[in-house]
This record gives sequence, C-alpha cells and structure tokens, in this order.
Amino acid sequence: MALLDRDRIFTNVYGYQPWNLSAARARGDWDNTKALLERGRDAIIQEMKDSGLRGRGGAGFPTGMKWSFMPKESKDGRPSFLVINADESEPGSCKDREIIRHDPHKLIEGALVAGFAMGARAAYIYIRGEYIREAETLFAAVAEAYDAGLVGRNACGSGYDFDVFVHRGAGAYICGEETAMIESLEGKKGQPRLKPPFPAGAGLYGCPTTVNNVESIAVAPTILRRGAAWFSSFGRDNNKGTKLFQISGHVNTPCVVEEEMSIPFRELIERHCGGIRGGWDNLLAVIPGGSSVPLVPAAEILDAPMDFDGLRALGSGLGTAAVIVMDKSTDIVRAIARLSYFYKHESCGQCTPCREGTGWMWRVMERLRTGDADVSEIDMLQQVTKQVEGHTICALGDAAAWPIQGLIRHFRPEIERRIAENGALREAAE
Amino acid sequence: MPKLKVDGVEIEVPAGATVLQACELAGKEIPRFCYHERLSIAGNCRMCLVEVKPGPPKPQASCALPAAEGQDIRTDSEMVKKAREGVMEFLLINHPLDCPICDQGGECDLQDQSVAYGRGGSRYHEEKRAVTQKTMGPLIKTIMTRCIHCTRCVRFSEEVAGVDEIGALYRGEGMQITTYLEQAAKHELSANVIDLCPVGALTSRPYAFEARPWELKKTLGIDVSDAVGANIRIDSRGREVMRVLPRVNDDVNEEWLADRGRYLVDGLTRRRLDKPWLRVDGKLQAAGWAEALAAIGTINPGSSVAVIAGDLVDAETMFAAKSLARALGSSMLEGRQTGLAYDTSNLAAVAFNTTLAGIEDADAILIYGSHVRDEAPLLNPRIRKAVRKGAKAYIIGPAWEPTYAATHLGDDAGVIDGLPEAVASVFANAARPAIIIGGGALAKGGLSSGLAFAERFNLVREGWNGFNVLHFAAARMAGLMLGYAQKGGIGDIVAAAPKLVISLGADEVDWTRFAGSMIVHIGHHGDKAAHAADVILPGAAFTEKDGTYVNTEGRVQYGEKAVFAPGDAREDWTILRAMADALGVAVGFDSFAELRAAMIAEVPAFGVEGLADYGALPAAAAEAGASGVIGYPVKDRYLTNAISRASPTLQRCSAELIHGDIQAEAAE
Repeated sequence: MALLDRDRIFTNVYGYQPWNLSAARARGDWDNTKALLERGRDAIIQEMKDSGLRGRGGAGFPTGMKWSFMPKESKDGRPSFLVINADESEPGSCKDREIIRHDPHKLIEGALVAGFAMGARAAYIYIRGEYIREAETLFAAVAEAYDAGLVGRNACGSGYDFDVFVHRGAGAYICGEETAMIESLEGKKGQPRLKPPFPAGAGLYGCPTTVNNVESIAVAPTILRRGAAWFSSFGRDNNKGTKLFQISGHVNTPCVVEEEMSIPFRELIERHCGGIRGGWDNLLAVIPGGSSVPLVPAAEILDAPMDFDGLRALGSGLGTAAVIVMDKSTDIVRAIARLSYFYKHESCGQCTPCREGTGWMWRVMERLRTGDADVSEIDMLQQVTKQVEGHTICALGDAAAWPIQGLIRHFRPEIERRIAENGALREAAE
Repeated sequence: MPKLKVDGVEIEVPAGATVLQACELAGKEIPRFCYHERLSIAGNCRMCLVEVKPGPPKPQASCALPAAEGQDIRTDSEMVKKAREGVMEFLLINHPLDCPICDQGGECDLQDQSVAYGRGGSRYHEEKRAVTQKTMGPLIKTIMTRCIHCTRCVRFSEEVAGVDEIGALYRGEGMQITTYLEQAAKHELSANVIDLCPVGALTSRPYAFEARPWELKKTLGIDVSDAVGANIRIDSRGREVMRVLPRVNDDVNEEWLADRGRYLVDGLTRRRLDKPWLRVDGKLQAAGWAEALAAIGTINPGSSVAVIAGDLVDAETMFAAKSLARALGSSMLEGRQTGLAYDTSNLAAVAFNTTLAGIEDADAILIYGSHVRDEAPLLNPRIRKAVRKGAKAYIIGPAWEPTYAATHLGDDAGVIDGLPEAVASVFANAARPAIIIGGGALAKGGLSSGLAFAERFNLVREGWNGFNVLHFAAARMAGLMLGYAQKGGIGDIVAAAPKLVISLGADEVDWTRFAGSMIVHIGHHGDKAAHAADVILPGAAFTEKDGTYVNTEGRVQYGEKAVFAPGDAREDWTILRAMADALGVAVGFDSFAELRAAMIAEVPAFGVEGLADYGALPAAAAEAGASGVIGYPVKDRYLTNAISRASPTLQRCSAELIHGDIQAEAAE
C-alpha cells in the first residue's frame, strides 16, 4: 500500500522540473485559487479540520483547529498575521528546504489560502539564514506571484488584499520556536516569550498571529482541491495524510520522500532507502523525528508505524519525520553528546534551567563518551535532565533533555561498560 | 475577584493578580530573582515555580501566570520543592561562590534563597564559566561572573529610566549583560541597578569594600539634593555615613534614588568646616566658639539684619534664624539665592499641585522652563509613565533629551503666551492637562504666564489640579512657608545693605554684592559662602541633625540624625540660640523640642506629616508677560550643592560623564 504517484502532493520535490510559476501552474498550483477562496473562511477551516491534518512542524497540533483560534473579525482594529516557519534548523530535518527550492508556489498559494481562512492581512515567511539559494528562489517566486496578481492587492481577483513578506533569519535555532520567531521578526533578540498570552491573542507586533510550518501550509491548497476525504484516506486514525519523510544516516540511499503516514519503519526504509547499510541486523538505533526526540533501539522501531501516536507509544515522537538511522558502527554516546553540544550552543540563555543545564549536560556527556566518569553520574545526569525538562519557558529545554533520557533508557549498559573500561585502564596505568 | 486556594487555604484575590501575588496575599513566601514589582515580568529565573491545578503536570512560573477562579495552588509540595532546588542548583553552578569577597554579602538574594531553598551541596564538578568585566562608569562596579541573568537591570534601563543602555549580548551560557559598546551608564538614575541586582554582579563602585551591611546603623532621612525629597535610608558606621539607599515611598520616589542624592555622601567627610573661623585683617583664622561668639557680640547690628537661607537647610534652622531676626526687629529673610523674585503671596501658585504621583495621570503636559532630568531626576520617570499611557508632552526652553516623546516648542519663555494652534487644541481637549513650571521660566516672569495658561485651559477642575511649579532647592517650600521671600527677591536685601547678614549654608549667593555687610556663615562645607564670610560657625549637614523638610509638592517630611557633626561643629539651631545670647536678645526656645513646638505653633502645617494645604490657586494677573530665552539653573547635574561639590565621586562623574575626561584607572 505504497503511496501512488497520483496521490503525491509535492510532485516536484526532487526538482526535475523548474520551480517557476509557469511550471508550477502546469503542476496544478494556482489553479483557480479564487474558487478556493470563494468557499469562505469557515468552509476552508472546516475542510482542514476534516482532513485531520496535524501540524508538520513537530508538535502535531491539528492545523484546522489552530486556524480557528484566530479572531473572526478585529474588534479593536488590530490586523491578524500569518507567520510561516521556514527556519528549519532541527538536525536531520530538510523537507522545508526541498519545498522552498523546488515547489515554492505551493507554499505561497498555501499562504494565501491559509491567510484568507484566518483573516490575516499578511504572511511573513521566516526563512532560515543558511538557506541562501532557497531564499533567493523564494524571493523570486514571491515576486512572480505579485507580478501575476496572485498575491498583493486583490489577490487572484478575489477582492482580498494579502501580502507575503520573506524575512531571512540569522542562523539561530531558537528562532524556530514560534514566539522567538515573532520576537526576531520584530527586530529583537530571538528569545521565546512567556505564554500566555498566546500568539493567537497577541503575537507579531501585538496582533493575533498564527505560526505554521511550511509543510502544513503548503499542503493546504491540495487538500482543499482534492478534499478532506482524500487526504484522510491515508494513515491511521488521528494520524492522517501524507508526509515528507527525511531519511538520513546509515541507509543505502538517504532521501526525502513523500509517503503516507503510519507506514511501518521497515517498509519505509526498504522501499525508498535501499535498506540499512550492512543489512537489518546491523541497525543499532533510530532517531525518528529529528534531533530533539529520544532515540529508539532497533528492535523496537522495526515494525512501528511512523506516525505521531505510534512513535509516542515507543517513548519517542514523529517530530518533523527526520529519520536519523544509525547502524552498529555508530558511537551512540558520542552521537548524543554531539546533540547535547548543539543544544548547549543554541540555548538562548534567557531562562535558568536551559542556560545552565544544557552546558552541564553536555560536559557530563563528553565525559561519559570517554568513560571518564563515575557510574553514579549516570543517575545524576538523568536527574539533571529531569530538572531541565518542563521547567523552562520554551521547549528547547525539553528537546535538550530527551535525547539524553533516551540514551540512558536504552544504552545504559554501554555507558557503564565505558566507565568500567576506563577505570580498569586507569588502574592498570597506576 | 477570583477565589482560589493556596496550600489548601481559600482566599480571594483582586482581579488581574498573578499567582505569585495571590500566594503573597495568602502569606506564602515565593522565592524570586527576576520578578520585581515595578518592572515588567520576564519570567526567566524560574525560581518562583509553583504547582497549579488545573494545568499541565509541570510546575508553573507563578510571576507570569494570571490568578484564576478555582485554581488550587501548592507552594509546599514535593514537586515545588524539587523544582526550587533544581533551579537553585543551576543558578549556583556557574556562580563563583565568592561571598567572602563580595560586597553583596549579607544582603544578597542569592545567598538568602540558597540557604532557604537550595540543597546542601553542589553536584557540579565541571569548570565554571567566567565573564570579563564590563565598564559601566564610575558608579557601577561589575563582576559579571556573578550575574544570574535576571535582566532586572536591562528592564530598569529600558522601562523606568527610558535609556537603552544595558542589554544582553550572546546567547546560552555565553549570554552576558553589558552596556552596549562598553560605555558608561550615563543617565541620572543609573545606580538604581545596583539596588535591583539580586546578586553581587552590579555593586556600588565608590562603596566597594567599605562596610558590611550588618555593621551599619540605619537611619531614616530625606534627600536634600533636589526638591523631590526622596526618602532615603542613611547607613552609617561610627561617625561616618557610609552610603545612602532609597526607601520605598510610592508618593515620592517609588523606590528609586537619583545618582546625585545617592553619591553625595562621600562629600560629607571632605572640605568640612569643623571649627569656627574669624576674619582678621582680611584673612580667615581658626578660632574657638567663645571667641567667635564674642566677635558677633561686638557687631551691634540693631535691626539691620538679614538672613539668607541655602538650598539644603531644614525648616527648624530657618525658623530659629527667623526668630533671631525677629527678636532683633528684622524681617529681611530670603532663600532664593540666585535672585528669583516671583510672587509668593499664594503658596498654591508655587507648589507642585498634581503631586508627583498624580502627574502620571495627566494626558497633556507642558514642561515650561525646566530641565526635568537635571532638576528632578525622579520626576522624569513619572512623566515618562504618563507619556507611555498616551499623554502628549511639550517642552518650552532650550532643548534637552527627554526619555519620552516630547515636542520642543521653542527656547523663549514668551512662547507660552502664543502657543501654536495644534498645541493649544491638545490642551483644550485634554481631560487632565498639566503644566510644570521650572526655575528657568520663573526667572523670566513665567509664573504669571503659567497662571494665565492655567486659567485659559482650565487646569483646575473637579478632582484635578494641573498647575505645578517644580523647585530645585530642598529648602525652598519650607522657606516660603516661613516667609523666606522678599517682594523683590534678594535684590531687596542688597538694596537695604544690612549691617549683618546671616548665611544659612547659602553657597549659591553672589556675595560680592554684600561687600559692606558683616557676613556670619553657618554652614558645613568650605564652599563659596565660607570664602566670603567674616565669621564662620561650623554647622551640621542634613545627616547630622533632625529636621523637617518640605518638598516641591508641599509634602512635610521628617529626617533623623544619623551621625554627629565632625569636630567642633554644632547643630545649626544651637548656634543660632547661642548667637541670640551673644547679641543680647531672647528667641524663646531652649531645646529642639521647644523650637519645633514654636515653629508648629506659627506654621501648623509643619506639625503634620504629609501634604500641606495651600488653598486655591490665585486668579491670573491681568497681563501676563514672560519673555527672554530660558536658561536652566543646573549647569552640572552632579555638582549642584556644597556637599556634592566636595564629593570625589560626583566630581569624577562630572568629569567623566559630562566633560568626557577619561581618568586612568590605577592598576589594581
């Protein structure tokens, strides 16, 4: 039951065709968008709710419901805004990049449709600073859309005024957090805000704002064209639709591929990645959703359905569906230590547990890597991760804690072995 | 009024309260570092975590969470205890723990809270972070390794002072609080960040390593560096005042203090007059008290006596001098040393009637001839609050840099009589219009124009009096209440050419105009008046005597004696009492209590702490006519009186921050 080509939303994800407007139109984008808008705001939001689309940025919040939180009309004259999160910085994730460089019009059309549905005055696309060529493409695509009258005043002849702005980030992972992104858009230091108030009440410039992932927005026009029933025919209950999976690491052919949700892990790898390097017995562990979710050991992941609930049952998560595959040649402790360094480096420094805790965790991880530690420090590290998790303003603290918790849960014997070996070595030397 | 439970006890809290405030109302102490009542909520220290149901199954930052109906808040659960221990441990892992050499020791939030909420020891055995020193000017000493990144100083600078000077650079562990480009904090309220800093990262540079808080005697006083009358706490050890800190008084200074008032204390031990001096053959010679008083006894002035009061004196001193002059048959009293001669027949017309706190409610403010940041640094944040709430502000007088949006209308005092149409309509349509008249405008006849402005725009209305005069001298309002004002100002006294002039610390007077008079100076610093005096009688500074002060609002406040005056110096009233004997007259008091009672009998308002009632504003004169380019009285924000001119700290501030001198730091 593989996804058929006719059911793919992202038909140019590999860039075999040009990204420009005429090619995008040939693929069906911008096809009578006016008619989509004429269905009305409530109908669009209802269709999205019916489709069962859950946010593709990692948290998996139902997209239609998120849109419905926006005020129906402005009571105090404040405009509403749509912010599109293209600050794809999670290690392992690379789907938004493919969408932006090969299919940018899907995103821009989605921005119009979503913006219209939530009554937004404009969309701000916040693109990751390192995506230089991608940003160039996006700027050009937005210009094309303006020139063709698809966005801007009287977008697509619908009578609705809608602007699309592209804003380039400066390379901070934390700016992918929705409120930090809003701060950054406002020109401030990218630090997450306290919630409440939530962005739907007071977001960008204090106005009602929805922040959505690129993929969530880009799939919206196709869902509206083909219907919620079509989209929800893929995947298990509560995990509907198709999804861009990004498989990296020790598979034979790493790739970004659109598949239906809930596809078993083994099938995903066999069908698209040419299997695990060295065969299935060589699989050590998988990080199934980008660097911030706990890893899953080989035995547990093999037949697990790749979706939000299936991976959550394994104590991990789907995240952005950035599947990092590690075979037995991997120094697993070192891999997680490297992730700890990443979170230490990217912590914004605003709140105490994350600022101080990420550095501490990384330093202990570095010693566990070489075994230069005491066995009791494993439990201490576990406690420190628990002191960070859930005590911070944003989820970066959680994201820093989870990979380590996953490591300790599944690979404690490996850590203990290193400590014992190192101890024996030291004794021998003395 | 939501009803909720704190640790099982049901209470009702005001609408809009936070969970932290609700817990405090219930009598539960919530530890905190970043939260401060007068600053915006940052929620970043995570120390105030509590357990709240309903809500996510993790602890919540109580400072940022609105209290809501039916919440069940626990501050004593295992989850809360662990959360606090965890945060405390994180705060301490990169803190140097150098309490024995830290000036904050003994009054450090981090110290206190780690004892109360921390775990016994640390499990952190990695290397600690160190942060390079930052330059924040001559007042603020930085040891940024101690910083816990609560951002109170950042928020104070941005929100209260209105100056974007301090901010955070870098991120994560590398985050550093600094002044941008490492420039000195230059604004007039900069040292308040020292009080705000919950740890020893920002400490007082002049006070560094001087004393420990438990050695200090704390005395309640009133700041005399301007007419706001900020409430202060004088910390002294032995005979020396070590430092001055603000006290909380929401009506006057909230909990801030201007740098000038905070750092003039080291002037109290320098250039002091500690023995009497007599001018013999044109040269001052040290003398004893008996000698000096005998010399005064030979003057025989008759009723040709004048008293000129300085800016720093208390009401009792002025009343004692007034009694002496009266006993000699004179009423030549003046306190406006620089020659101001505005009409003082109605004190309501020379008071700050909206009150300092009330100006926050104004919706249109005309600042007329006042450099508010120099003349009343603590008023400026209040005006800023009003502007942030939507008030329009206008300035007449030479341009200065306000910390809020204000339109500059011109330098000439006459501008007020012909306001542009747009400005006039703003005041005409304002619900609570206000004017603030400063000394610069008073000197150009601005009082009558101000009264005309008040009448034209109906500044006095139901529940609102928007007419304000902003004085600069701490002694001014008390002096005016005691009649220290001649019709023609000090010029009248010059014209009368009195035989004896008594100076009560009058260091701003042009004494060359009294060349023919015998000048007896009662003062505490060897400043301008001492150079001109024929007899110098050493008196007490504001920290060395009990006294009554009235601020520009007409608020009567009492300061207490913290230390003894140095050397042979005496409290001023005793000197005047002795002079009465020397001159052979009776003044009717033999003790401070008798003096104060006599003063209150004459001016009952002095007997009641709080705002004096000056009655209604007078009608405007038929013709108002202010003219001339306004000049501000304060030429150097830091060196405004005899004490501050003697203070090495403020001299250095003046040199570095105003005149741009770079003083080489001695290698430490």
